[in-house]
Amino acid sequence: MTHGIEPESGGMAVNEGHEASEDHHHEEASFWRKYIFSTDHKVIGLQYGFTALLFLLFGFSLMILMRWQLAYPGEPIPFIGWLFSDETAPGGVMLPEFYNQLGAMHGTIMVFLGVVPLAVGAFGNYIVPLQIGAPDMAFPKLNMASYWVFAVGGLIMLASFMVPAGAAKAGWTSYPPLSNIETMGQTMWLFGMVFLITSSLLGAVNFLVTIIQLRAEGMTYFRMPFFTWTQLVTALLLLLAFPPLEAAGILQLSDRLLDTSFFMPSGLVISGEVLDISGGGSPLLWQHLFWFLAHPEVYVLILPAMGIVTEIIANNTRKPIWGLKLLIYSIIFLGFMSFIVWAHHMFITGMGTSLSTFFQITTMIISIPSVIVLSGLFLTLWGASIRFTTPMMFALAFLPMFGLGGLTGLPLGLAPTDIPLHDTLYVIGHFHYVVAPGTIFALFAGIYYWYPKVTGRKMNDTLGKIHFWGSFIAMNGIFFPMFFQGLAGVSRRLYDGGASYDFAEGVIHFNEFMSISAFILLAFQVPFIINFFMSIKKGKKVDSNPWEATTLEWTATTSPPLGHGNFEEVPSVYRGPYEYSVPGADSDFSPQNQP
Amino acid sequence: MDIPYTVKTRPDTGVNNAKLGIWLFLASEVMLFGGLFSAYIFLRVGAPVWPGPLLDHVYTHASEVLNVPLATINTMVLIGSSVTIVMAWASLAMGDFKKYKMYMLITILCGFAFLVIKYFEYSDKFSHGYFPEESTFLAIYFVLTGLHMIHVIGGIIVNLYFWGPGAKMWDTDPDRFKHRIEIAGLYWHFVDIVWIFLFPTIYLL
Repeated sequence: MTHGIEPESGGMAVNEGHEASEDHHHEEASFWRKYIFSTDHKVIGLQYGFTALLFLLFGFSLMILMRWQLAYPGEPIPFIGWLFSDETAPGGVMLPEFYNQLGAMHGTIMVFLGVVPLAVGAFGNYIVPLQIGAPDMAFPKLNMASYWVFAVGGLIMLASFMVPAGAAKAGWTSYPPLSNIETMGQTMWLFGMVFLITSSLLGAVNFLVTIIQLRAEGMTYFRMPFFTWTQLVTALLLLLAFPPLEAAGILQLSDRLLDTSFFMPSGLVISGEVLDISGGGSPLLWQHLFWFLAHPEVYVLILPAMGIVTEIIANNTRKPIWGLKLLIYSIIFLGFMSFIVWAHHMFITGMGTSLSTFFQITTMIISIPSVIVLSGLFLTLWGASIRFTTPMMFALAFLPMFGLGGLTGLPLGLAPTDIPLHDTLYVIGHFHYVVAPGTIFALFAGIYYWYPKVTGRKMNDTLGKIHFWGSFIAMNGIFFPMFFQGLAGVSRRLYDGGASYDFAEGVIHFNEFMSISAFILLAFQVPFIINFFMSIKKGKKVDSNPWEATTLEWTATTSPPLGHGNFEEVPSVYRGPYEYSVPGADSDFSPQNQP
Repeated sequence: MDIPYTVKTRPDTGVNNAKLGIWLFLASEVMLFGGLFSAYIFLRVGAPVWPGPLLDHVYTHASEVLNVPLATINTMVLIGSSVTIVMAWASLAMGDFKKYKMYMLITILCGFAFLVIKYFEYSDKFSHGYFPEESTFLAIYFVLTGLHMIHVIGGIIVNLYFWGPGAKMWDTDPDRFKHRIEIAGLYWHFVDIVWIFLFPTIYLL
């Protein structure tokens, strides 16, 4: 590993540049340059954050509609049923086609437009340069471009609801041949994905160069906060895993627009008729290319969450993270392994037992580093006098919830147990435990934790705790019964929630309970929304380091941080990221920039 | 505060920002074309005959369908332009701006020559009724060469900019301009290398 740069080499150049450019940057930028087409990583981070939160709410609303249908199949949607057209829900009663649109778009929006932009685009953009002592991202214009390309991709996805026959209906995985014979919404989906992939590619290059090149003097790799480490590995995954999906997207676009047969086998019969195509393609090809992205994507969803939780746990236990170096090696190993586990999503495709064996072994191996990270965080709690702040509550809940999500994944990683569970609600329960009370809780924790950094004010603690307990109980109410339904064999794709399905008989009564839990979850987001906006003006004013943290974003700049350039003077780093309660130190935290 | 290491090399990493950036970008491009090459292998392994049936005739060699001589000429053109873009950069390193302009112009013209030859190749295919929907072989041929062609066009646009309006930077910040040409060169070499893999895989094997 490289050591931080020497004082005389890099730091001086920065200071000279700082003085030389001082006079240019002080005049007031126009509203457009400052807030809309800004190149400041902090503004871009906030743009990503607001957009992603809106998409999360939108994606969640789609699910609320679906949950109504699952609990009360055939009954008109109350209150807002009249809003829907005759093609989607005549008289408020949802049509199967519309249900399929909601399902496909819920997945797509939550993953690609909600969680990843919030975890990487917002938190990564805002926090990483501050944590490593950089004046901005390495390529500020590219950063701006990546946000706007993302926004266009998002708009295309939203617009796809308006086209004839509605949005994509082939699931967020878009498996052919179904996706090839889909209506126009699927083409929009593919174009939207091309924009989103381009955006994340620009972002990934930017993050990697920023972290490798712009670390302040003394900020060696092993002095980097764990959150920055997770962003580094995440960027590497985005950089190398997304292009194969782009390749797959190009091939599917070609199938749809040029009538090629990349994913269409010879002699394919649809609705009793042999399709007039050249054939010779393979639907399996799509699955391989898709999962080559989509498995690393799982770690793109979880790694930044682990990073956020680690920051908060160290801060609120007032202890160093247990085995920090081991955790760092674990996530690097996790990153590499995530490229060779993809076909564990494909055990029922009949790809052959020798391939299955290989992917079962790699899947079992990849569970080890996740367990190490989780164990490290649990052990950090040992013997600590924990501050139960709102961000800490969310971070603490992350540990068992992510643990539950991870452990229920083990039976899915082994072919003999995966085959009966595949495509049942068990799978839905498993990955929602990872992403919803896992990642999304970590993201909430991050919002409560870094809110004072962005605004200079704290969010209200009481409202925060109401939000926490409500969400925590409601989420478990939604997802836990899915394991029972899945083990009973209920398919994940039933429009009527299993009413016409014999297997479901003993477990169908859970549907209403789960749906009510979902409505309660929605209600408990209201305190958060109120808190979020109210605290901008009315929150308790705080100084630059309200949590008494050690990392540079708290110790080297004000709250909110200085506009252009982040720091009054370039910080130098003298110690590791989590030096809390150092014996003999004056206070229970030793800032990284304290000599 | 300005962003450090836009021109200067960072001592402990040994590169400046843009150079690291372009290598990372090229790594992701390798994965993009790698995905498509994998698709090619996947489809070919699954096919009983390759290129297989096409308009009432079963072909067993790609060279019976595609025009190998034209593609060979195109390979030469691209390799030649890779040499001239290095010469353009070397001219800047020696401080000879006029020679830079000349070599860059040759590089751009080679790029256009590649496109013209490609146009003749494509139009010949279309005139025989060889469209992508006719067979999986033609489909992967058009997608791979088409995507490569888009990369060539992108490279030509960048090179044109550095030959024309972008060249003003030579007067204000020659070091940075030299870096830019080096980076444009790295991209152009990549486009060249993709073709060098594409040509034997699709046309000859």
